[in-house]
Amino acid sequence: MWDAFDILLQANFWAATIRIATPLIFGVLGALLCERAGVLNLGIEGIFVAGAMSGWLAVYLGLPLWGGVLMAALVGALFGLIHGVLTVPLGLSQHVTGIGVTLLATSVAYFGYRVAFPNVGTPPRIEPFPPLDVPVLGDLPFIGTILSQQSAFTVLAFICVGLVAFVLARTPLGLAIRAVGDNPEAVEAQGLSVVGLRIGAVMAGSALMALGGAFLTLSAFNAFYFGMINGRGWVCIALTVFASWRPGKALIGALLFGALDAYQLRLQTITGGAVPSQIFLMLPYIFSIAALVLVARRADYPRALMKPYFKGQR
Amino acid sequence: MNDTSLPDAAPHDTRPLVLSLSGITKRFGPLTANDHIDLDIRAGEIVALLGENGAGKTTLMSILFGHYVADEGTVHIADADGQLAPLPGGSAEAALKAGIGMVHQHFALAENLTGFENILLGTLPLWSLAPRRGAARSKIERLMAESGLAADLDVPVAQLSVGEQQRIEILKALYRDVRVLILDEPTAVLTPQEADGLAATVRALAGKGLAVIFISHKLHEVLALCERVVVLRGGAKVADRPTAGSNRASLAELMVGRAIPPRERPPSTPGAPILSLRAVDVGAPTQRDRLEGASLEVRMGEIVGIAGVSGNGQGALAALVAGLAGAHAGEVTINGAPVTRADPAARIAARVGRIPEDRHRDGTIGALSVAENYVLETIAAPENQGAGILKRAAIRVRAAQAIAAYDVRCPGPDAAIRALSGGNMQKVVLARVLEREPLLVLAHQPTRGLDIGATTDVHRRLLAARARGAGVLLISEDLDELFALSDRIAVVHAGHLSPAMESEGLDVRTVGLMMAGHAADEAA
Repeated sequence: MWDAFDILLQANFWAATIRIATPLIFGVLGALLCERAGVLNLGIEGIFVAGAMSGWLAVYLGLPLWGGVLMAALVGALFGLIHGVLTVPLGLSQHVTGIGVTLLATSVAYFGYRVAFPNVGTPPRIEPFPPLDVPVLGDLPFIGTILSQQSAFTVLAFICVGLVAFVLARTPLGLAIRAVGDNPEAVEAQGLSVVGLRIGAVMAGSALMALGGAFLTLSAFNAFYFGMINGRGWVCIALTVFASWRPGKALIGALLFGALDAYQLRLQTITGGAVPSQIFLMLPYIFSIAALVLVARRADYPRALMKPYFKGQR
Repeated sequence: MNDTSLPDAAPHDTRPLVLSLSGITKRFGPLTANDHIDLDIRAGEIVALLGENGAGKTTLMSILFGHYVADEGTVHIADADGQLAPLPGGSAEAALKAGIGMVHQHFALAENLTGFENILLGTLPLWSLAPRRGAARSKIERLMAESGLAADLDVPVAQLSVGEQQRIEILKALYRDVRVLILDEPTAVLTPQEADGLAATVRALAGKGLAVIFISHKLHEVLALCERVVVLRGGAKVADRPTAGSNRASLAELMVGRAIPPRERPPSTPGAPILSLRAVDVGAPTQRDRLEGASLEVRMGEIVGIAGVSGNGQGALAALVAGLAGAHAGEVTINGAPVTRADPAARIAARVGRIPEDRHRDGTIGALSVAENYVLETIAAPENQGAGILKRAAIRVRAAQAIAAYDVRCPGPDAAIRALSGGNMQKVVLARVLEREPLLVLAHQPTRGLDIGATTDVHRRLLAARARGAGVLLISEDLDELFALSDRIAVVHAGHLSPAMESEGLDVRTVGLMMAGHAADEAA
């Protein structure tokens, strides 16, 4: 029993929490940006894969690490553009289109990988982001250990939280994005472009999602594997509801999920196989579902979410 | 082009022209929605735009506001120097820039934003960093002081009352320095007192030189507020005259194209109670649309009207009577038999007829045919099915009879009901409800969105049901309708239902104050 509690006092546990949470932070931010504009983006799972693959491939082909990050964002924005054009001006079902984008992006990423490395058994490795070297703070006992296991990519995730929060709350652009997800007529009547705002938000959101994927290949691991995204995108969709579409709460939700995942990994080792490991693997998801049951019933969905808007129709 | 070259409707009027429409024509397929409409509007003028549904008002305003592009004709609007310049079509942004503001009947507000943010929306460059909130704030506060439009700017719009939301809408337009303000059915959702406040504001704004286009079907408001009235019928302008010298009957005749017989409500002798509520609670206390301790009696052969601003408990009352919601406290009896739980089928069996508030959402199923919708509530009855198989031929015959009896304009009983106009759809609903000779008729906003012709028809049918001996519960936001039809009127506000008062001799002001939450003795 004491061992189960002791996990919480280990710096390693907290370092793992942040590491596991980082891709989710990007993903939830991206999903909430799309949904704040009124577009559900179920392409997220595939965009994670495409971001992971393209960022890693770019670095493998010689780009600097930050070049890989940029490449992933561009690829994400491109898939966002596809999703946006299909769902906003054409008004197709956002569910169906999103699943389609996920299948397309995943397949394109796998196909690209196979074309680039036709006869390779184990994927080639790259040199990932190095651990942070923070002066003063890095020398502290507990915090220093945590920081030394993070990379600059994680710092970018935290910066993005502040950036998205600032844009949404404080700028005219954010005002327009929040308005277009609630009542596109209001935006149209004030002379702004509903289509432009929504596609723009979906592209920006998809770029963030792709960064979540790129974090896995450029920082957490050093190569691209099939199946490495493993449902992280779907978790972000649920966390977006949990976060009530707020960047600050998105950060908390991602960290909470990261903590649960890190905790169950360590719990597995102390029980020493007495309980099947699958039970532990389920824990974060069971907690997510329980949290959603509590939160989602009162969730204040953006009013125009998933409602296509056509100019001139009321 | 300058204003001397344009037709001048009133040569003695020296106020400068701000808006001039000439030869506006818009066709949708075979339908001509606007047929060569000319309209001049001067600074400081309040012009009423009247017309039945489908007369072309909305199309004309949509062209003005850039939602549609006119097939023919031009729109000229005065620029800052008072010179008329052509307005490019099809762009809301251009219309806004040129100084045209529109307050839609359904507000164009983002409810998750505050009033302040809604006003600011679209007025700042998207990519600027921090909005200049201070300057904007002081401008809005100056406008509020000048116009008398008061509203809380700092809470999400969803938390504001309908009246406040409308004031935010008007402030939105004023903030952009509009010279022409279009108000589309602005009083439809207001209490009489709020409507008076709005009228005062509109007069004050016009006094400062704002041109106002006032769209309404409440003719007494038009007569009281507007100096000129423009009437559209069938897409064409049929009248453009000063309000002075017009009256309600003459305006209604211009709109419809024929004389409207005045409604008559012959005296009736109410019989036994058909619906009785005693201290009834419906809905959770957290809901806005709920009832708390409501008592009411509707007798056979009388119409009891429920007045109130939508969402104050009317939905809960209608749901209770229709069997969609149960009462969790108090006693409800229908035709002497106590009812407790929600059971729509039992209500239908007890001969309660339901005319729902939203005929598209709750009254009909769009994909089904007129005939299928007609028998929807009695689909299990032996005349409609045998051994679980629909008697299609018999249903079609009876539907065809109802179509003839209720003058439903449609291709036939097999036409999908969603293709019908609102008035004709409502006639199908009426036929379904009234052909069963219900003992109790629940009429929830039965004429919402209908034009004068269709409204007259609904009123005639409800009075006929009353004459036949049915009790009618009429829930409406239209006080004219309530006073014309009801024998007694109760007012609902924030879940509290007032005792029903004899409508004879009842003051409409009293009802208005009660709708705003004042008690009956306080209001009287």
